[in-house]
Amino acid sequence: MDALIETRDLTRHYPSGEGVVAALEGVNVSMRQGEFVAAMGPSGSGKSTFLNLIGCLDQPTRGSYRLAGEEVGTLSPERLAALRGEKIGFVFQSFHLLPRSDALSNVMMPMLYRGIPPKIRRERAEMALERVGLASRMHHTPSQLSGGQQQRVAIARALVCGPELLLADEPTGALDSRTGLEIMALFQALNRSGVSILCVTHDPDVAAFAGRTLRFRDGRLFEDETHSPVDAAAMIGVPFA
Amino acid sequence: MNVITRDTARPVATPLPPLPPGRAGLSFAEAGLAALSALAANKLRAALTALGIFIGVAAVIVTVAVGAGARQQVLSQIQSLGANLLLVWGSNVRMGGVSLGAGQRPNMSWDDAQAIPREIPAVEAAAGTIRQQLQIVYGNQNWSTWVNGTDLDWFVAHEWVVAEGRFFTEEEANSGRKVALIGQTVAENLFGDENPVGREIRIRATPFEVIGVLGRKGQNPMGQDQDDVVVTPYWTARRSVMGASRAFARSVGSISVKVAEGEDMAEVEDQLRAFFRQRHRVAANEPDTVNIRNLSEIAATRDASARTLSLLLAAVAAVSLLVGGIGVMNIMLVSVTERTREIGLRLAVGARRQDILRQFLLEAVLLALLGGAAGVAVGIALAHTLGAFGGWPVLIQWDAVALAVAVSGLTGLFFGYWPARRAARLDPIQALRHE
Repeated sequence: MDALIETRDLTRHYPSGEGVVAALEGVNVSMRQGEFVAAMGPSGSGKSTFLNLIGCLDQPTRGSYRLAGEEVGTLSPERLAALRGEKIGFVFQSFHLLPRSDALSNVMMPMLYRGIPPKIRRERAEMALERVGLASRMHHTPSQLSGGQQQRVAIARALVCGPELLLADEPTGALDSRTGLEIMALFQALNRSGVSILCVTHDPDVAAFAGRTLRFRDGRLFEDETHSPVDAAAMIGVPFA
Repeated sequence: MNVITRDTARPVATPLPPLPPGRAGLSFAEAGLAALSALAANKLRAALTALGIFIGVAAVIVTVAVGAGARQQVLSQIQSLGANLLLVWGSNVRMGGVSLGAGQRPNMSWDDAQAIPREIPAVEAAAGTIRQQLQIVYGNQNWSTWVNGTDLDWFVAHEWVVAEGRFFTEEEANSGRKVALIGQTVAENLFGDENPVGREIRIRATPFEVIGVLGRKGQNPMGQDQDDVVVTPYWTARRSVMGASRAFARSVGSISVKVAEGEDMAEVEDQLRAFFRQRHRVAANEPDTVNIRNLSEIAATRDASARTLSLLLAAVAAVSLLVGGIGVMNIMLVSVTERTREIGLRLAVGARRQDILRQFLLEAVLLALLGGAAGVAVGIALAHTLGAFGGWPVLIQWDAVALAVAVSGLTGLFFGYWPARRAARLDPIQALRHE
C-alpha cells in the first residue's frame, strides 16, 4: 500500500523573543494506510506540533510532508483548508462540540463547507451517529450527553466526510478510565474496518491500544516501535484500579 | 457483560460510503442560515444591538415622511396661488409729505392692465381687479365675502377652474351684464346642497345671476380661504356695486400678472416697475409708485425652511445609524472572541477563511437589516399615527424607505467587516486552544 503519511526532515521553528524555538526537528516518519499509530511524549516534546503539521493546521519551516501523495508544505491556505476537510477527521480532548446544536447538527457541520445538499448531509450524519452507537441520541445537545457520548459525537463528526486519516489529540484525556476504554475500543473497531488513526497521547496505557508508537522528546522522534495492540474491548468489564 | 449496551445501538464500525462531490465552500444560503441561528442563540443581545439601527431607521422614515408631507403641502399651496404670478398694487402715496398708506389711493387703471401684455411680451395675462367686502343675499341667507370685479385674464393668472356652470363671456364682460361666479365657501354657506347655477343672488341689493361655481382651492400660504370669493366682470362691479367718483371710474386696486412659462420672473418684475415709472412719470430720484410681490417666492421660502428642517433631522438620524453601527461592531467583536474555539473547530473541519468571513459578515448584515426592517415598520406606523392624530401632513417616501434599508445593510457590512476579518484571520491552532 502507498504511504498515507511521508515526512522528510520535518521541522517546525517558532520565533520566540530574540531567538527561535525548535518545536520539531528533522522528523522522518512514514505511515501506511490502515495503521493505528500513537504519538507519545511529555508536554513540550513536539508531539502536538507534529499533530498540527500532520493535520494540515500548520506548515513546516523546513522539510517535506506528503499526505496521500500530496506535498502539504507549499500549499495555499485555501487548499490546506480543503485538504483538512477532505482527508482528515479531528478528535479533540475537549470534544469541541457546538454547545447549542444537537448531535445531528454537530455531525452535519463539516459537510456545510463541502457544498453537500442538506438531505445528504442529514442522511450521512445519521449513518455516522449510528456507527458510533448514538442512533437514539441524535437530537440531544452536548449538555444532555455524557462525556463519552460527547466524544462519540465528535468521532462521528470526524468520520462523516470519509477521511483518510483520523487524528486524535488526547481523546481520552477528559474521560474517566472506563469511558476512555470504550472510546479506545471504538477506535480499534474503526481501525479494523480500515480507518487510519494517529493518536497523540502522553499516556502509555492509551498508546498500548495502537499497533505502533512514535516517541518524541525535545522536538525529535527518538523511538518508532511496532507492537501488538492490547484489545480494549476485551478489557471492558474487567475491574480496573 | 458489555457496557456499551448502555446505548440502544451498538457501534458498528463499518466505513461510510464515499462522500458525493459537492461545490467547494460554504454557500451563501447556508452561511445566512448559520448566521440566523447564531443570532437566534442570543436573541436579547441581538435585539439590543439592533436597537441603534432600529431607532436610526425609524427616525429617518418619520422625518422624511413629515418633511415630504410639509413640502407637498407647500407645493400644492404654491400651485393653488397660480404659477408664475406677480401681484401688483398701488404703493404708499404721499400727498405733501403725508403718507396715505399703501393702496389707499388707487393709482392704477384698467387701461394700465390692458397695456401690460402689449408692452411686456413675456406677460401672458394681466387682469386689473377691484375688490370689496360686501354682503351677499340669497333668499333668507346672507354671507359677507370679497367681491372681485375683474376680467377673464384673472382666471388664467390665478389658475381658477369652473366646477359647475361656466365663466362669463367677453361680451358679458364688456356690456356689464350682472353675472357672477361664486367660490365653494360662498356656495356652501348660501346654497347648502342646492345647485347655485342659474339662481339669483343680491350684491348690495343688486340682483346677479350665478353662472358658475369655481373649483376648490383651499387655503393660501397665508392661511386665507381662497374659496370665500365672488367674481363679476369689472365693468359690472364698477357700474352696479362699487360705484366710484368720476376720478376713479377706471381705477383698479391690483393687477394680477401671469408671466409666460420659461420667462425670468425677476426680469419681468423690473420691466413692470419701469412700465409704471414711465406711465406715472416718476422722476429718477422718486420711489416706485407700485408694489410687486412674487407670491410663489413666499411659498418657496417656506419650502426651503421645511427642507432645512428635514436635512437637520436626517443628520440626527445619520448619527444614530453611525452609533448603531458601532454597536454592531462592538457586539460582533465580542461574539468573535466568545466563539474563538468554534471558529478554530470550523477551520479544522475544512472551513476556508473566506467561509468564516462570509459567515460573520452575513451575521452583522442580517443583524443590521433586522434592525432596519423593524425601524421601517415602526417608522411607517409612527408617521401614519402622526398624520392621523397629530394632523401633520405626512407622505411616506418609498425611495427613502428603500434607501434606509439599504443604508442599514451597508452599515452592517461596513461595521461588520473588521470583526469578521478578525475571525477569518484566526490561527486555527491558537483558536482551538482558546479558553
